[in-house]
Amino acid sequence: MIEAHQLTKRYGETTAVDRLDFTVRPGTVTGFLGPNGAGKSTTMRMIIGLDSPSSGTVTVNGRRYREHSAPLQEVGALLEARSIHPGRSAFDHLMAQAYTHGIPRRRVNEVIEMTGIESVARKRAGAFSLGMGQRLGIAAALLGDPATVMLDEPVNGLDPEGVLWIRNLLIGLAAEGRTIFVSSHLMTEMALVADHLIIVGRGRLLADTTVEELVRQADGSSVIVASADPARLREVLAGPGVEIAGRTGSEELQVTGLTARSIGLKAAEADIALFELTAKRVSLEEAFMELTKDSVDYHGTTEINRSAA
Amino acid sequence: MSVTTSVRPSSGDATPATRPPYRVTGRRVLRSEWSKLWSLRSTWITLALALLFLVAFGIIAAARYKSSVTSGRQMDPDFADATALSLSLFGVPIAQLALGVLGVLVTAGEYSTGTIRSTLAAVPRRLPVLWSKSAVFGLVALVLSVVGVVVTFLVGSSIVSGTQAALTLSSTGVLRSLLGAALYLGLVGVIGAALGALLRSVAGGISVLVASLMLIPGLVSLLPKSWHQAIQPYLPSVAGQSMFDLHHQAHTLTPAVGLVVFLAWTALALAGAAWRLARSDA
Repeated sequence: MIEAHQLTKRYGETTAVDRLDFTVRPGTVTGFLGPNGAGKSTTMRMIIGLDSPSSGTVTVNGRRYREHSAPLQEVGALLEARSIHPGRSAFDHLMAQAYTHGIPRRRVNEVIEMTGIESVARKRAGAFSLGMGQRLGIAAALLGDPATVMLDEPVNGLDPEGVLWIRNLLIGLAAEGRTIFVSSHLMTEMALVADHLIIVGRGRLLADTTVEELVRQADGSSVIVASADPARLREVLAGPGVEIAGRTGSEELQVTGLTARSIGLKAAEADIALFELTAKRVSLEEAFMELTKDSVDYHGTTEINRSAA
Repeated sequence: MSVTTSVRPSSGDATPATRPPYRVTGRRVLRSEWSKLWSLRSTWITLALALLFLVAFGIIAAARYKSSVTSGRQMDPDFADATALSLSLFGVPIAQLALGVLGVLVTAGEYSTGTIRSTLAAVPRRLPVLWSKSAVFGLVALVLSVVGVVVTFLVGSSIVSGTQAALTLSSTGVLRSLLGAALYLGLVGVIGAALGALLRSVAGGISVLVASLMLIPGLVSLLPKSWHQAIQPYLPSVAGQSMFDLHHQAHTLTPAVGLVVFLAWTALALAGAAWRLARSDA
C-alpha cells in the first residue's frame, strides 16, 4: 500500500511533481503512466526516500519509508537509473544489500535463480547486457521478499522475451497479494498487465482510473457512415448531443453521440441506403495521447497526420 | 486459525509473524560496508600500492642513507639529521595519497556509479552508512599502516644500525611515533571518505584532499611571517606530522595536541559529509 498526499517536488522554478494524491492498493498491478518528464521517476524516488518532498507526504504501509525497521521488506524498488557498481559482481552486490537486513545467503541465491542470472552472477556487473542488468535490478528488488514491488520503466530496452518475462513476473507477484507499482510511458504495455492506472502529466494527476474505464471515457465513439443521401441523413440523425461532420460533396459523415446501431436503424426508417457503417473505437494509445496531449514536454516536429483525408 | 509454524515472539511490529524477521542494525550496515570494500578490485590494488609505497620508500631511504655514510661522500643535506625513524617514514606522504584517494573512492564512487541508490534504499536513515564506511575504511587503513610502518622500521633500522641514525623499537618515542604515523594514515583515509561523501565527486574529492594535505601548507608559507607561524602548526598535514615527529620542536605541536587538532579536522570533514548526506537528495 502506497499513499501519496499532496506530494510535491520543486526544483527551483520547475515543479516536477505537483500536489499528487493517489493510493496504490495491494493485490493489483497499478500502472504509473505519463509522458517522459511527467514526474514518474521523481515520485518513485520520493517513495523510497532518495528525494525528499518539497511538501506533502508519501507513506508505505502506513509509515514513511525511512521509518521502517526493514525497508527492503516493505518496498523492493527497481529504479530507472543504474544502481550497481560496474566493478562488483551481481552476487556481491546482492550480498551487500542482504547484509544490511540480515537476509541469509540462501535468499540471495534464490533471487539469482528466480531472475535467471545464475550463469553471470559471479561476473562483474559492468559487463552485463541491458537485459541482464535489468534482471539483476529485479533480483535486488525482490531480495527482501517485499510486500510492495516498485519498478520504474522495467521493460525499457528489453527484447521481446525480456518484456514477456517481466509481464508474467508482475502478474505473478500481484497474484501473491503483493502491491505492484510499475511505471511506463507506453500505454500498450500497461494495458497488458495493469488493472489500475495512475496517469500523470507535467507532475499533475490526470487520471486515477482502471484500464476499461479509461477506454470507455476517452472513447468518443465516433461512427463513420457513408450513404446515398448524406444531406437527408444529416437531418434524420440530428438531435441533442449529436455532432455530425462531413465535407460537402462527400458521401461520408462522421457522427458522434450516436451508436452505429441506432444510426443504422434510423437510416433504415428513413429509407436511406448505407454503404458503410463503421464504429471508430479509440485505442488505448489514443486515449492516453488525448489525455496527455497538453502535458507533453517535447513534441516532435513532424506530426503524424493520423486523420489524413 | 491454527498455528502451523513456531511463531516468533511478536516485537509489536506490524510485520506479520510469517515473514522472516529482517531488520537493519548498525552491525549489519558495518558488515555490508565491509563486504562492499573487499568486493572491488580497486580496493586490493590501491591498498597494495599504499603498502608498497610505505615499505619501499622507507627501505630505499634507509639504504641511501647507509650508502652515503659508508661511501664517505658529503652527506645529502636531506639526511643531515635523519634517524632510523624518519627514514622509515619516508613513504608516508606518498602512502597518504593512495589511502586518501581510496577513501574518496569508497564514498564518491557510489555516487558516480549509482550504487548510492541501492545503498540508501537499504539504509534510508543514511547516516549509519557514512559512519560504517568511515569506520571500516579507517580501520583497514590503520591496520595496513601499522603493519607497513613497523615492518619498514624493522628493516630500515637494521640497515642503518651502527650509524648515527641507529634506533631500535625500544628507543624513546619510536613506538609512539610509529603508531602516530599509522594513526595519521588511518585518519587520512577517513578524511578522504568524508570528502568524497561531502563533494559526491571522485575528482572533486581527490582535488580537495590533495590541496588540503599538500598545497595549502605551501600557500600559507607565502603569508607574512607572524601569520604563517601562527597558522602553520594547525594545518591538517602539519598537525598530523607532529603526531609522528620523534622530537617535539619549538614551532610544532606536541604529539598529543597534534592528534587532537588532526582529529578535529577529521571531525569537521565528517560533520560536513553528514550534513550533506542527511540534507540533500541522493
